[in-house]
Amino acid sequence: MMLFVNLAGFALILLIAWWFWFYQPKRTELDSHGLVITVDNGVYTPAHLTLAANLPATVYFLRKDASPCAEIVMFPELEISESLPLNKPVAIQLPALQPGDYPFHCQMQMYRGVLAVEN
Amino acid sequence: MANSNSDQQDTQTQEHQLTVEGASCASCVSKIEAALRSVPGVQKAEMNLAQRTATVSGSAATEQLIAALQGIGYGAKSLDDKSDGEALSDQETADLAYYKRLLRDTVIALGLGVPLMLYGLFLGEMSVTTPTERVAWLLVGIATFGVMLTSGRHFYIGGWKSVVSHSANMDTLIALGTGTAWLYSMVVVMFPAVLPELARHVYFEATAMIIGLINLGLALELKARGRTSEAIKRLIGLQVNTARVLRNSKEIDVPIEEVVLNDIVRLRPGDKVPVDGAVVEGHTNLDESMLTGEPMPVAKQAGDSVAAGTINQTGSILFKTTRIGKDTALAQIITMVKRAQNSKPPIGRLADVISAYFVPAIMIIAIVSALVWLNFGPQPSVAFALVSATTVLIIACPCALGLATPMSVMVGVGKAAEAGVLIRNGEALQTASKITTMVLDKTGTITVGKPKVTDVVLANVASEAEVLELAASLEAGSEHPLAQAIVESATEQGISAAKVEGFNAITGQGVEGRVHGRQLHFGNERLMRAQGVDIEAHQSVAQALASEAKTPMYLSADGQLAGIVAVADPIKEDSVMAITRLQQSGLRVIMLTGDNRATAAAVARQVGISEFYAEVLPEDKTERIMELQMEGEVVGMTGDGINDAPALALADVGFAIGTGTDVAMESADVTLMRGSLHGLADAIAVSKATLRNIKQNLLGAFIYNAAGVPIAAGILYPFFGVLLSPVIAGAAMAFSSLTVVSNANRLRLFKSSPRQAMQTDAGVAA
Repeated sequence: MMLFVNLAGFALILLIAWWFWFYQPKRTELDSHGLVITVDNGVYTPAHLTLAANLPATVYFLRKDASPCAEIVMFPELEISESLPLNKPVAIQLPALQPGDYPFHCQMQMYRGVLAVEN
Repeated sequence: MANSNSDQQDTQTQEHQLTVEGASCASCVSKIEAALRSVPGVQKAEMNLAQRTATVSGSAATEQLIAALQGIGYGAKSLDDKSDGEALSDQETADLAYYKRLLRDTVIALGLGVPLMLYGLFLGEMSVTTPTERVAWLLVGIATFGVMLTSGRHFYIGGWKSVVSHSANMDTLIALGTGTAWLYSMVVVMFPAVLPELARHVYFEATAMIIGLINLGLALELKARGRTSEAIKRLIGLQVNTARVLRNSKEIDVPIEEVVLNDIVRLRPGDKVPVDGAVVEGHTNLDESMLTGEPMPVAKQAGDSVAAGTINQTGSILFKTTRIGKDTALAQIITMVKRAQNSKPPIGRLADVISAYFVPAIMIIAIVSALVWLNFGPQPSVAFALVSATTVLIIACPCALGLATPMSVMVGVGKAAEAGVLIRNGEALQTASKITTMVLDKTGTITVGKPKVTDVVLANVASEAEVLELAASLEAGSEHPLAQAIVESATEQGISAAKVEGFNAITGQGVEGRVHGRQLHFGNERLMRAQGVDIEAHQSVAQALASEAKTPMYLSADGQLAGIVAVADPIKEDSVMAITRLQQSGLRVIMLTGDNRATAAAVARQVGISEFYAEVLPEDKTERIMELQMEGEVVGMTGDGINDAPALALADVGFAIGTGTDVAMESADVTLMRGSLHGLADAIAVSKATLRNIKQNLLGAFIYNAAGVPIAAGILYPFFGVLLSPVIAGAAMAFSSLTVVSNANRLRLFKSSPRQAMQTDAGVAA
C-alpha cells in the first residue's frame, strides 16, 4: 500500500514539474492587427504569444479582475509598465523586437505570460 | 526658436483611439477612414476591422471624430484614457466595491469558521465516532461547501484557471490547501471505515477559517495599498475640470476637454491653473510648491509661463494656452511618476526569479512533506500528512515576496515627487542610494545661474560704455548665462548692440567677431593666450576679481587687450546647507566648472567644497566622471539638462536641476523640479530610505517563507512535538503581505525639509 502511495506521490511531483515548468503551451500569434489579452481569475488569456521579429504590434489588456494584483502589467525587458483600469482595454504598443522571449507579468508575478519573438 | 516651433507642432498632433460600433465589412473601412479624414485637423486615420478600432492622429478633438462617425451611421466611443481624475475615481469605486465584497466573504467564512473552531477548542472533539455525529458533520460539511462556493469561489476559479494555463499562483495554493482539508473531512464523514480510527478527524473549521482570514488579509491589504498611492492621487487631484475661457469676447466656463491650444484663459485669485500657458496680460504670484517643492510663490507677468495645477494667489491674469491635455507639465509629471512607480529596481529581480518557480515548488514540498509523514510519522500518520501538506500550501506566501519591492518603490517614488524630485525608474532609485561621489556643476546648480556684471576694467579704451557695447554686441546672439548678463547690463545702461560680422564661438574659450571694423575676441584667459594677446599687466586685477568669486572675461580688439568685464553669479542661498547635508550623508562632493580657477576656488570655499576642478571644457566633464568611475566611485552628476547632458548620461545617476515647472528633461535619471540643491539631498535621502525599506521587506518575506514552510511541514515535531495548525498558517499568510504593505507605508513619513528629513531618515532606518 505504502509503495503505491509513494509511487503516486513521486508521479504527482513529476507531473507538477512537467506541467508548470517544462510543458510548452500552445501559443497565440500576435500580428499587426493586435490582440486582446483578458486579465481575469489570476491568468492572462492568452498568456503565450508569438510575434514575428521586427514587427511592431499592439496588445490590448482588458482587466476584468478587481483584485489589486491584476492592476499593473509589466514587460520588464521593454521597460513597459501600465496600470489597467477595470473593464477598459489599455493599448500597449510593442516596438519592433529582436528574436527572444519577453515575459510579461503583474507586479507580484502571479499573473504571468510570455511573448516569444521569432524570425 | 526651432525648438519651440517643433514643440508646438508636437503638442498640436495627438493620437486618439476610438472603438467603432456597427463596422462589419471591409467596405466600411474606407468609408470610416474617409469620414475621419474629412474632419479638419486630421492628418491620418486608420481603421482596424479586426479590433473594431480606429486610430486617428492630428489636432482634431475626440468629440469631432465621434460626431463624424455618428454622421455616417456608426457608433463610436473614445478609447483614449479617461482623464486621470476620472480613471482614479473609477478605480476608487471599483476598489471600494471589491473591499466590501472581501469583507462580506470574510464575515460569511468566519461566521462558520469561528464557532466551529471554538467548539473544537472548548466543547468537543472534531471527530466522527457515532452515526449522529456523522449526520451533524455532514451538515457542517455542506455548510462549509457553501462557504467555499461563496466566499472562496474566487480562489477556486483562479486556482483552476491558473493550473489549466500552466501558471500556478496564490489562488492555486489556497484552493489546494482548503480543498484538500475539506475533501479529507468529507471522506471521514462519508467513508469513515477507510481511515484508521485515530485519523477520523474533520477539518471543516480550517477550510472556513482559512478562507475567512485570507479574505480579511486581502481586504486590509487593499486599504493599505490605497495609502501607498497617496502621492500620485494628490498630483491627480491638482487637475481641474473647468477653465474660464475667453470666447467671442466673453468669459465662459468650459469643461477642460474643450480648451484648445491658443485659447485665452482667465485666471482669478485663488484659481488653479487649468492648462499650461503663457501670460498675455496682468501680473500675479503663483504657488508652484505642489509641482516643484519650492515653497516661495513665483511672480508671473506677461511672457512668463504658467503650469497646470499651480495655484494663483492674488492677481488676475489672462494667459494663452500652450499645452493642453496630456501634454501639460502636470500630466507629464503624473505619467512619469506612474511609470516610475510601476518599475522595479534590480534588487527585486531575485524575488522575481524565486516567484516564478515558487508555487509549483511549494506544491512539491507539500507532497514530499505528506510522504515523509506517511512513511515515518506517528499514528495517525494520514492525519499528520494531511495537516502538514495543507499547512505548507497555506503558509507559503508568494505575495509577500512579490509585493516587497513594488510597494516600497510606489511610496518612495511618490514621496520624492512630493518634494519636486522626479525619479525616472526603479533602477535610478536603487543606484541613487549607492552613490558615493556627487559631482556638481557650478553655474545654475550651486549658483543661481543668472550672473550680473559687477566690474568693468578699462585697458586700452576710453570708456566702460565702449567695453560693454563691444562685448554686448559680440554676445547678443548667445544664450550663455554670462553672455546674457553682459547684454542685460548694456541694455540697462541704454547701450544698444552693434552689428557683428564673422561671428564665431570658440568652444570652452569664448567668441570672436568683427564690430565697427575691429577684430574682437571676448572670453577667458585661454582665449587671450591662444590669440597672443598680452594680458600680463592686468592679470593681478583679474585674479583679485576671481578671488571674490567673480568671473573676469577679457575683451581684445585687434590683438590688444581692451578691457575686462567681471560677472558674478550669486550662490543660491540654501546651497551651503544642502551641500552640508550631502557631505553629512557620507558623499564625496566635487564641483566642476568651466570657470577659471580663482572664481571656482572662491565659490567652492564659500559652499564648503574642498575638491573642485576649474576650466573644465564641456567634453572634459565626461572624462572627469569616467576617471571617478575608474576609481571605483558610484558617481552622481548634477547639472542642467542641456549643457551637461553628456555628463548626466555618463554618470551612474544623472540629476537634472530644473527650472521650475519645465520637465522636458527626459534624458536625466532624476529631475529636480526646484532649483534648490535640497532637492538633490532629498533625492538621495529618499532613495536610501526606499532601498532600506525594500531590503527590510525582502528579508522579512524570505525569512517568513524560509522559516514558515519547514515549520508547517513539521520540522519542529521531532524536537518539540509541535505541528502548526492550518488555521494559524492561514492567519500568518493573510497578514504577511499586509505587513509588507504596511512597512512600505512607513515611508510616507518621509519629509523633504532638511531638519525633518534627517529625523525621519533616522526613524526609517531604525
